[in-house]
Amino acid sequence: MHGTRILEEADRLMTVCNSCRYCEGLCAVFPAMEMRRAFSDGDLNYLANLCHACGACYVDCQFSPPHEFNVNVPKTLAVARAESYAAYAWPKGLSGAFARNGLVITIVAALSMAVFILGFAAANDRAVLFGVHAGPGAFYKLMPHNAMALLFGAAFLYAMLALVMSVRAFWRDIGEPVGGRADGGSLVQAIRDAGELRYLDGGGVGCYNEDDRPTDRRKLYHHLTFYGFVLCFAATSVATLYHYLLGREAPYPWWDLPVVLGTLGGIGLVIGPIGLLVAKSRRDAALLDETRYGMDAGFIAMLFLTAISGLAVLVLRETAVMGPLLALHLGAVFALFITMPYGKFVHGIYRFAALVRYAQERRQAG
Amino acid sequence: MSSKYDVLVIGGGNAALCAAISARRAGASVVVLEGAPKFYRGGNTRHTRNMRCAHDAATEILTGPYTEDEFWEDLQRVTGGQTDEELARHMIRESKDILNWIVEQGVRWQPSLGGTLSLGRTNSFFLGGGRAMLNALYLTAEQLGVDVHYDAEVTDLLIEDGMFLGVRLKRPIDGATEIRATSLVAAAGGFEANIEWLREHWGEAADNFLIRGTPYNRGSILKMLLAKGVQEVGDPTQCHAVAIDARAPKFDGGIITRHDSVVFGIVVNKYAQRFYDEGEDIWPKRYAIWGRLVAAQPDQIAYIIFDSTVVTSFMPTLFPPIAGATVAELAGKLTLDPAALERTIADFNAAVRPGTFDHTILDDCRTEGIAPAKTHWARRIETPPYLAYPVRPGITFTYLGTRVNREARMVMKDGRPSANMFAAGEIMAGNVLGKGYAAGIGMTIGSVFGRIAGREAARHARN
Repeated sequence: MHGTRILEEADRLMTVCNSCRYCEGLCAVFPAMEMRRAFSDGDLNYLANLCHACGACYVDCQFSPPHEFNVNVPKTLAVARAESYAAYAWPKGLSGAFARNGLVITIVAALSMAVFILGFAAANDRAVLFGVHAGPGAFYKLMPHNAMALLFGAAFLYAMLALVMSVRAFWRDIGEPVGGRADGGSLVQAIRDAGELRYLDGGGVGCYNEDDRPTDRRKLYHHLTFYGFVLCFAATSVATLYHYLLGREAPYPWWDLPVVLGTLGGIGLVIGPIGLLVAKSRRDAALLDETRYGMDAGFIAMLFLTAISGLAVLVLRETAVMGPLLALHLGAVFALFITMPYGKFVHGIYRFAALVRYAQERRQAG
Repeated sequence: MSSKYDVLVIGGGNAALCAAISARRAGASVVVLEGAPKFYRGGNTRHTRNMRCAHDAATEILTGPYTEDEFWEDLQRVTGGQTDEELARHMIRESKDILNWIVEQGVRWQPSLGGTLSLGRTNSFFLGGGRAMLNALYLTAEQLGVDVHYDAEVTDLLIEDGMFLGVRLKRPIDGATEIRATSLVAAAGGFEANIEWLREHWGEAADNFLIRGTPYNRGSILKMLLAKGVQEVGDPTQCHAVAIDARAPKFDGGIITRHDSVVFGIVVNKYAQRFYDEGEDIWPKRYAIWGRLVAAQPDQIAYIIFDSTVVTSFMPTLFPPIAGATVAELAGKLTLDPAALERTIADFNAAVRPGTFDHTILDDCRTEGIAPAKTHWARRIETPPYLAYPVRPGITFTYLGTRVNREARMVMKDGRPSANMFAAGEIMAGNVLGKGYAAGIGMTIGSVFGRIAGREAARHARN
């Protein structure tokens, strides 16, 4: 017996699939399944997070609906995956944020941006808020650097803490022996598998969307989004080093490393999310957990909003609208940070942990 | 009268699609009429997973060579010599090139699946299974410009003096209930889903058969062809039949209802009596005999009985085993006579000789002094819980078919080859398979003769 109905269904499907095994060449889920004869809640959550939702096993399955065996692995694992985010959320009291996630994200984002705009307006003279600022320290005329660093540092650290606690609970649940540590080789393998989205390709041909013709669109847009995010993160990190190590204050000239990284990342984070949203609309609804559309769209929108407001600050930073735009951008980033542990962002963390576990299992099996 | 095609293919599985693609690549205009709805397209192909092709050296996915001669010896052994040697050797020779040709049609191979290592040298597996293979073939056919219609049930074949003219349809396509074509490729499978037809040859036993594929394999095209002068080949009771779980659905349970646990226990009938040597040969070589063996038992039901020591020795099963803390309790759940089952197991246990168990070879664990003997892998059944799978005959496909020559051209009752009618796949499998089966050979017959039939049908139409 399992804790939830969706895990009961996932167990039923894994029993069907384990007696068939035709899909074992498509991705990591089925080889991982074959290493087991029975499935605990942790096993099923592991398999659910190992699934990249490429859809190939549904299109290839002789038992998918309307067959009476009603095998729909992508959809079932998508629901189980989303429920696992709530199950492992830390603190437990906030797991409800996953229930109506799109709404939660929207409210948090709106509030956060409103508070920043109002805060900027309250703390600054009209002349400063709508003034034209240029040169090093321009941003800090609107919000002191230390206040910015403290606020965002605290938000970021909280997000990290919540994520670490969540993934720790997940790792303990899926691991054998309980709480086992990952070895270096498995980590490297998982970084490679995650970095190239190895299992988002239907066993080599691409994702399945609205028909029988697979494409690599989702992989491409996900790469743009993910590496865009990484570049933006790198831009912030480099800027932090500039500030504290070199004593150089933002904003930096367009050719300087933080701006180049941030611009490239921002472009990726604008095109990628739009592409992902369009790609999502073209997928066969049968493959998707449509009740979680808000969670997916909410996270995609947050990334897009962060990137587009950041790019706007860059382009218009020497005009009178820089102040309000900066408030908007900081509000978006703040909301992104504090909702990270309670939104679609966690999919990357859990999936990575699952890939590490899979790499480990493969090495142990020889 | 609707548009006229060069080649009309009836059926929608591996053989039909290979024929359609091969005809189209030879320059013919081609229409495919699949009687089933789109989801159930492809007959038994949707349940397949591999193909047996000869090859002279190991490949990326095959562990070693499998020569034409070895293939021929295997075929001779499983059919007991009931095969057309010229046709079979021709097929085996052509199978070599199919390994590459089918990849050119978009199908992808993978090494043998977990739990099927014994086929790793001889059989190439489809990445994603048979439906993935079908999807690739349909995609290729459609990209080449083959017209494909689903729910396209053919109600009559228009044949005059052995000459194919066209077909009549149950439901009109583009307003027409007749389609004319210059050549016909019949690739519409056997009659395994036609219980009434099975009953003509098996009697009431047929009512207890489970059909492993879709309900659409009714053999209506085969029946029409035989009624219109095509020579028949094969024994109507011969078929590919395996023992599958009695709890499986009547149709389309596919691969996952099979049991490969026979060698680890004993098999008894409804009177709790053993009836065949469960350890005769290495699994899966004798996999395909158990369907017929169970079909010959009263009420077509049997039970694989084993104990808790062997449950992890075979693949996990869709349906869990039925369990009892004692033999009598298990018998009760199976509605067998408890005393009879206890006696059968006690007699078997007493007959088991000491030996060294190894399921990968013909080991020396055997019985002495009971009939039938279990000649290998015999171990006492004595560790509760006692477990059982109920099994029934699961019919994959029938062997009765249309006689063909090397060009896949149908042969008429008077012995003359038809001018423009070709056949491929299960509808003509009986030419090669008089009885018995070797894993993956159905797909070999489909691809090889499908490719030939398409090519020859196109040649006829284009001349």
